[in-house]
Amino acid sequence: MSQPFRTEKGGRIDRAEQLTFTFDGEEMQGHKGDTLASALLANGVHLVGRSFKYHRPRGILTAGSEEPNALVGVYRNGDQTPNLRATQVELYRGLEAVSQNRFPSLGFDIGAVNDLLSPLFPAGFYYKTFMWPHAFWDRVYEPIIRSAAGLGKPPKNPDHDFYGNIYAHCDVLVVGSGPTGLAAALAAAETGAKVMLVDEQAEFGGSLLSEAGASIDGKDPAEFVAETIAKLAAMDNVTLLPRTTAFGYFAHNYISLAERVTEHLPTPDPKLPRERLWQVRAKEVVIAAGAIERPMVFPENDRPGILLADAGRTYLNRYGVKVGHKVLVATACDSAWQAAFDLADHGVDVAAIVDMRETPPESLMSIAEARGIRVEAGCVVTGTLGRKRVKGALLGRMMTSGQVASGGQIDCDALLMSGGWTPTVSLYSQSRGKVVWDADKGAYVPGRSVQKERSAGGAKGLYGLQATLEDGYAAGEEAAKTATGKSAKVTYVSASGGEAGSGGILGALPHDRNASRVKAFVDYQNDVTAKDVKLAVREGMQSIEHIKRYTTTGMATDQGRLSNMNALEIASGALQKPMTDVGLTTFRQPYTPTTFGLFAGISRGDFFDPVRKTPSHDWVVENGGVFEDVSQWKRAWYFPKSGEDMHAAVARECKTARESVGLFDASTLGKIEIVGPDAAEFLERMYTNPWKKLAPGRCRYGLLLNDAGFITDDGVIGRLAEDRFHVTTTTGGAPSVFATMEDYLQTEWPDLDVWITSTTEQFAVAAVQGPKAREVIAPFIEGLDLSADAFPHMSVKEATFCGVPCRLFRISFTGELGFEINVPRRHGKMMWETLAKEIEKHNGTVYGTETMHVLRAEKGYIIVGQDTDGTVTPQDAGMTWAIGKKKFDFVGKRGLARPDLVADGRKQLVGLLTKDPKVKLEEGAQITTAEQPATGTPAEGHVTSSYYSPALDRTIALAIVKNGHALEGKTLYVPMPTGSIPVEVTGTVFYDKEGARINV
Amino acid sequence: MLLIYCPYCQVERAETEFACRGEAHIARPADPSQTTDEEWVEFLYMRDNTKGIAAERWRHIHGCGRFFNAVRDTVSDNFLKFYKAGEPKPDLEALAKEAGK
Repeated sequence: MSQPFRTEKGGRIDRAEQLTFTFDGEEMQGHKGDTLASALLANGVHLVGRSFKYHRPRGILTAGSEEPNALVGVYRNGDQTPNLRATQVELYRGLEAVSQNRFPSLGFDIGAVNDLLSPLFPAGFYYKTFMWPHAFWDRVYEPIIRSAAGLGKPPKNPDHDFYGNIYAHCDVLVVGSGPTGLAAALAAAETGAKVMLVDEQAEFGGSLLSEAGASIDGKDPAEFVAETIAKLAAMDNVTLLPRTTAFGYFAHNYISLAERVTEHLPTPDPKLPRERLWQVRAKEVVIAAGAIERPMVFPENDRPGILLADAGRTYLNRYGVKVGHKVLVATACDSAWQAAFDLADHGVDVAAIVDMRETPPESLMSIAEARGIRVEAGCVVTGTLGRKRVKGALLGRMMTSGQVASGGQIDCDALLMSGGWTPTVSLYSQSRGKVVWDADKGAYVPGRSVQKERSAGGAKGLYGLQATLEDGYAAGEEAAKTATGKSAKVTYVSASGGEAGSGGILGALPHDRNASRVKAFVDYQNDVTAKDVKLAVREGMQSIEHIKRYTTTGMATDQGRLSNMNALEIASGALQKPMTDVGLTTFRQPYTPTTFGLFAGISRGDFFDPVRKTPSHDWVVENGGVFEDVSQWKRAWYFPKSGEDMHAAVARECKTARESVGLFDASTLGKIEIVGPDAAEFLERMYTNPWKKLAPGRCRYGLLLNDAGFITDDGVIGRLAEDRFHVTTTTGGAPSVFATMEDYLQTEWPDLDVWITSTTEQFAVAAVQGPKAREVIAPFIEGLDLSADAFPHMSVKEATFCGVPCRLFRISFTGELGFEINVPRRHGKMMWETLAKEIEKHNGTVYGTETMHVLRAEKGYIIVGQDTDGTVTPQDAGMTWAIGKKKFDFVGKRGLARPDLVADGRKQLVGLLTKDPKVKLEEGAQITTAEQPATGTPAEGHVTSSYYSPALDRTIALAIVKNGHALEGKTLYVPMPTGSIPVEVTGTVFYDKEGARINV
Repeated sequence: MLLIYCPYCQVERAETEFACRGEAHIARPADPSQTTDEEWVEFLYMRDNTKGIAAERWRHIHGCGRFFNAVRDTVSDNFLKFYKAGEPKPDLEALAKEAGK
């Protein structure tokens, strides 16, 4: 018979629908409604993985998202998603799952030798072992650690799924849909408030789905769930989100939800995203996250077949699965007894209930007696037998002395344990609330609310069906009232059964075994034992934060939800300090592991960063131009003709531009329109240069500093009218220059009557440069006399280009006669194509950014950000001519007078010529005075620009060098791995030093 | 993600629409040439980096583009006041008291 551990009846699975799936290649059967974990258990499979460090066989421990052991890989379309919790993977037909962290197989794993060598792997093993020698850090230790780290293998292919994103607002967000959450959602919704109810599970209902023997409003709890959900679903003001984890609680009630949309489907609709990120701003939040059960820390508490008691009960009542045929229940609290009773009611042999308490409640004892269940009170499990499946347990009798006496052995094929309950305070903690210790409950519970939230029910340590329902109603009503001011008569329903129990235990349990030989696990996923925590304290760790990092306890994917309280108690004992003095680590986002795909959303590939294209883009593509990325822009880099490499193409472009004419797309330049009666005054204060006397129709090179006195941007500024300036900025600096101008205008000089507008995207710009530039543009320009006298260098006029209005600048970034034509962006393509055709008649060339760089470097024109680095002043750059010395003030003027900025020994911009004209320096290379500087010699400066200059037929370079201006004619060195390169310091202008070519 | 009120647009918007521009109420000296080197360095670089209640400059950069000021508790991230640029610096202690700190 397949599924030998399936109950004959009961559970919420669809017994009519049988689903075939595989685990490690073995075919098995399950039902619709199963999780992978419940289906495996139905087939008698407990061993599902190997532990992280010791490779110990591990089984399913829980039935929820806190599962530390049952991490599996799931294949879909040939790709594997690693590290999924089998307790959360919904079964579908054809599901392919594999176990992890084993080689060659789950049953026989070579890594298990680590378990025998465990004395060699104490807490802090990595810190102690991988220390010396230093040279081993990168090459030996890191690869070893990396290859051993992690459980699942990451997928090899790019993610072929896509991920959605939704912003949402609501009055009340309810997290969790157990009794508390359902009641809260219902109460809030009945006031008319906009409610969102989210639950990480596939089905709403939480603990109500595994409740047996209780009733709500006279009905079976599951029926109550169905009716409530139907009622909520019918309300327009309610959004229901199952399979949705509230994984992050951020400032100002901003909550992130991860909705799993298609993962549970055998054949997902390709139009649907795999997951959807909900970014919710909630006016009020009800945290109804419930509580989770704590493992008991006894030796060998990690064998497959050992589960939490409530998980055992959930598998039985919700999934119709018996965790074993002969089950031992170990506990220190009441709730686990119910698991034993439910199992007995399904005909499972309950080997015994082992309760640490000397006198468990009489009510429970009598029920056990009625079912004929053996009870061992005042006893504790001191060890377990079996390897790949638990075979039995050792009992110890607790003595008044605190010692434990051997109490024999009990056979079993499953063991359910319960150390009591821990409220799930993760979201509360993420909201920056501070948990407080509640001695009565033996638990940390939420303290004062820091944000607009309230924890209710189990999440604040309140148990029992009736109490949690009531608390839920009250929380929902109160949240809705606070959010909307509205209230309504809410129908409370009452429950019977499901009473809260008492009891619970923290920390390592006493035993009579050799303490140095046994392993009692505190953190299952990270293989941290009680011994490790004690060792950490012995080795000097005092703070729980240090103990956590030293031992890695609480650092697994459950973030210590299972382990923290036990670890804390053990640490507290070892430190001989009360638990509350030891402190609790903070829970952080995300609540459960969250995919990168969810965060990335559509921001992948082409959508990762916007691409900005210039008007010539298509033409460049068609004509074989090569692009380079300049911030977000795609700019033409060079235009190789057939057979040309980059060097040849750039040399030809440079030569042609200087001899005839070149066409360049300068549309990416930043442009800012400055308008108003105080426009000139504003520029006067922003830029170093004087502006008030600049006549309309004229341009000037402008240098922008910050108030510290350093160059931040530059560009030509044209005055179009008394009250109107056309400012250009560097391509990359456009947004920051605009923001800086706004800042000064709005906050320092609000009295100035000026408007500033970014016009970068409004104009397309073509630069036509070269001796024939005037002839090239003349046929298309109307309304302007282009002659040298009427329109000299540094002029600007409005005219038309092919009938389209344009702003024509006569400016040059090449040292040649040059024009820059600005037309409305929509005419940019027309302008480019017209000019590209026209330059052919003059044997001209189009050129890209590389040629632009060479031509400007030949003239010593700086590029801000390449030849300057934020520490260069105008004096350093040899540009004192750009400073209006008579001005009362400008941004940076005072900064320039700071002692450090006028001191000797500053690095200054110079030209460099290599002694061998064929040798090209590397940009960024360091410069020294000595040919063979000793190790540790500080550099005198570095090379900022370096090119081959076709006009000079030799290499040229710019550099910033300490006291560079005084070193002209001197020899310095650029030491490289291949040898030291001697260079001569020169001025920064290499070509046409008198500037004759520009004024023609 | 913070929720920020723009006193010019008079709406609450998500933090992604805004840019924080550091400590508020640091006025640029009217005549910088009259400042000592120490005063100028103070203006350029010295900031309180307050843990607690602090006035900050914000800009509704992807909205109206205006600069305004806000009083924020840098520990809890709660805003205590939003006000337009040019308005006087509020009494931070009084605001803190009012907020029940």
